Amino acid sequence: MKNFEQKIFPYLLLLPTIAIFGVFLFYPAVNGLWISFTKWDGINPQKFIGLKNYVDLLSDESFWRAFLNTVVFTVITVPAIYVSALFLALLLTQNIKGSSFFRAAFYWPTMVSTIIVGLSWRFLLGEDFGIINYLLTAMGRSPVKWLTNPRAAMGVIIFVTTWSLAGYYMVMFIAGIKSISETYYEAAKIDGAGFVQQFRYITLPLLKPTTLLVIVLSTVTVIKTYPLVFALTQGGPAGATKLMVQLIQETGFDKNKMGYASAMTMFLFIILAVLTTIQFKLNQGGEQDEN
Amino acid sequence: MKTKTWKDRSKSVLLALILFALTFLFVMPIVWIIFSSFKSAGELFKWPPSLLGKNPSLSNYSKALSEGNFVVYFFNTVFTSVVATILTVVVNVMSGYAFAKYRFKGQTILFGIVLATLMIPLEVIMIPVFKVIVATKLYNNLWGLIIPAVASPTAVFLVRQYYTGIPSAYMEAARIDGASEFYIFTKIMLPMAKPIISVLCIFSFMWRWNDYLWPKLVINSKSKYTLQLALANFSGEYSVDWNSLLAMSVISMIPVIVVFISLQKYIIGGMTTGGVKE
Repeated sequence: MKNFEQKIFPYLLLLPTIAIFGVFLFYPAVNGLWISFTKWDGINPQKFIGLKNYVDLLSDESFWRAFLNTVVFTVITVPAIYVSALFLALLLTQNIKGSSFFRAAFYWPTMVSTIIVGLSWRFLLGEDFGIINYLLTAMGRSPVKWLTNPRAAMGVIIFVTTWSLAGYYMVMFIAGIKSISETYYEAAKIDGAGFVQQFRYITLPLLKPTTLLVIVLSTVTVIKTYPLVFALTQGGPAGATKLMVQLIQETGFDKNKMGYASAMTMFLFIILAVLTTIQFKLNQGGEQDEN
Repeated sequence: MKTKTWKDRSKSVLLALILFALTFLFVMPIVWIIFSSFKSAGELFKWPPSLLGKNPSLSNYSKALSEGNFVVYFFNTVFTSVVATILTVVVNVMSGYAFAKYRFKGQTILFGIVLATLMIPLEVIMIPVFKVIVATKLYNNLWGLIIPAVASPTAVFLVRQYYTGIPSAYMEAARIDGASEFYIFTKIMLPMAKPIISVLCIFSFMWRWNDYLWPKLVINSKSKYTLQLALANFSGEYSVDWNSLLAMSVISMIPVIVVFISLQKYIIGGMTTGGVKE
């Protein structure tokens, strides 16, 4: 039989965690829904205005522009991360010397703060002083307006985001590839299958659980992108790289339209909630495999 | 035994070339930043650029350290990162241990609550959280950076997973000897968790050190800025002072570089077992 101490102790252990989650996550989450139905500048009392914020959102060009930017950004960046992470993982599982050195080198950018990543690339891509444009001119090409041409700027934030995250997902793919039994490859070799065939018929299908997880996790991360782009382009030129989180931040805190910004976050919440639910389902599948 | 054919050899040469090109791509940008931070203002924007310029010096560093409040930002960041890391370890080891080693009423619901927090990233609740921060007097207060981010679902999962692998027989034996639950936790079970505590320390420190969004929401006055906040703010100014900015970036990367180089295996290993992500 459990005594009283054994019964009460786990609750005491959980108290700080639950208290913090309650005060700084769940209460705000519920409160956020309420705020989205009000007009509020952050200082004066909130005024209930029903669905007006949501109705206004529907015809708000800047919101849809940021939404569209986020969609374009995510739809290109996630596959780019997937392909580069998988490519790096395949390279590093080829039985090469010094693979731990290369693994560290590719992983390293994920440890650097997103602000510094953004700043560093902004320096490298500086239009009239950056090393990259210098190299281009040295090769006889004309310099590119990396950060002031809308299309180039979108390309830059996609590239830099991929650069900074590929190593993280590479590690997950390496673990996935290493867990595939050697016997499959040996059998394939006996049957005369080359590298490409082995990849297509063994590695790729058996990596499916890892692949799904990487895609969901990277999508959630990429949709929330903000500091990196802020340091790199500040959302410019003329809002061409402004993503949803930046717009929410500016609407709420720079323009003091907190109710309206809350309505925007509900939009983001629904997208992320759907993705996180998928992630749970995938994770549970993974756990069952382990047991 | 295989003998190496020409085909094998050319393959491994190609592989090596690709690997070195990629290493260049991933390492060079930061290395270029580090080298550039020693250049003078004139050299920084000179074409053709050189790695170190003619007279590499520490003048950017002395300028960054003397101007502005760089030392204050550095101290603020050290303070919040260290204190937050200690609290993160304490709070999450407690709850992870409770979930792994006790059976109690409401356990499933409470664990569900922890899981559900993954659904609510900070980005989605920026505005209502701000309201709470103001109401709890944490606005423009370094403790406002520390306390709200201390509990982390990822950390709870990691600790729970770790303790699930440790037999409960240790606890049973101690109970028979009359030990209290508090004694069992602090004197017997806690020392066994050293590996997972180290992983938590590394990641928590990195997260706090590199974090931008919390400081952006919570901190208002310059004297409370963290390094990331200061860097982002200076980069947003109309004319960017690259000399100071590069030096500040490099200094703010030093702890990360040190931790990464010395604990590299640990870090990448920890990632694969736990799938750690803030």
